Amino acid sequence: MQLARVIGTVVATVKNDSLEGRKLLVVQSLDANLEPQGKPLVALDAIGAGTGELVFWCRGKEASFPFKREDTPTDCTIVAIVDSDEHVTNGRNRHR
Amino acid sequence: MIIARIVGTVVSSQKDERLMGKKLLIVRPVNLDGTDTSGYVVAVDTVGAGFHERVLVVAGSSARLAQGMKDTPVDAAIVGVIDTVDVNHESGV
Repeated sequence: MQLARVIGTVVATVKNDSLEGRKLLVVQSLDANLEPQGKPLVALDAIGAGTGELVFWCRGKEASFPFKREDTPTDCTIVAIVDSDEHVTNGRNRHR
Repeated sequence: MIIARIVGTVVSSQKDERLMGKKLLIVRPVNLDGTDTSGYVVAVDTVGAGFHERVLVVAGSSARLAQGMKDTPVDAAIVGVIDTVDVNHESGV
């Protein structure tokens, strides 16, 4: 799983029936210092995230597990919202 | 999922029987502003997308989870035609 920032939304009226009713969000992956890393991706939302929120997402086949797992074609799903940027600590900015 | 633009078609007569009747398209990944990037993918169309449209492409084993794709030997599928992409550049990134 990787941290990411939700930076936008995608609207697609014509889509595979198995994606009907699902929310699509644009996410920008972040490194451990919460700096942008790599290209933005489109993710399916499993938990109700919104633009600007810090989230983490799951890749691969496991991305379909929050939904009907054999019927949801997604390789990138937002599975959790991080409470705030301050709740992410690493070796450099760990709270003492 | 990635955003891509349809840039071509592929015709294949001799193929795995589970690919019979499936439309194969060449898609090129694009940036959020719509500009093309390098590279391409051959993807199976599950929605009836057309030339030059922006579409959503699922890669990997998830591609065969799309409706109508069960047990087909594919690793890239077009699962949506994009109407709009709305990016908020003040969202902290």
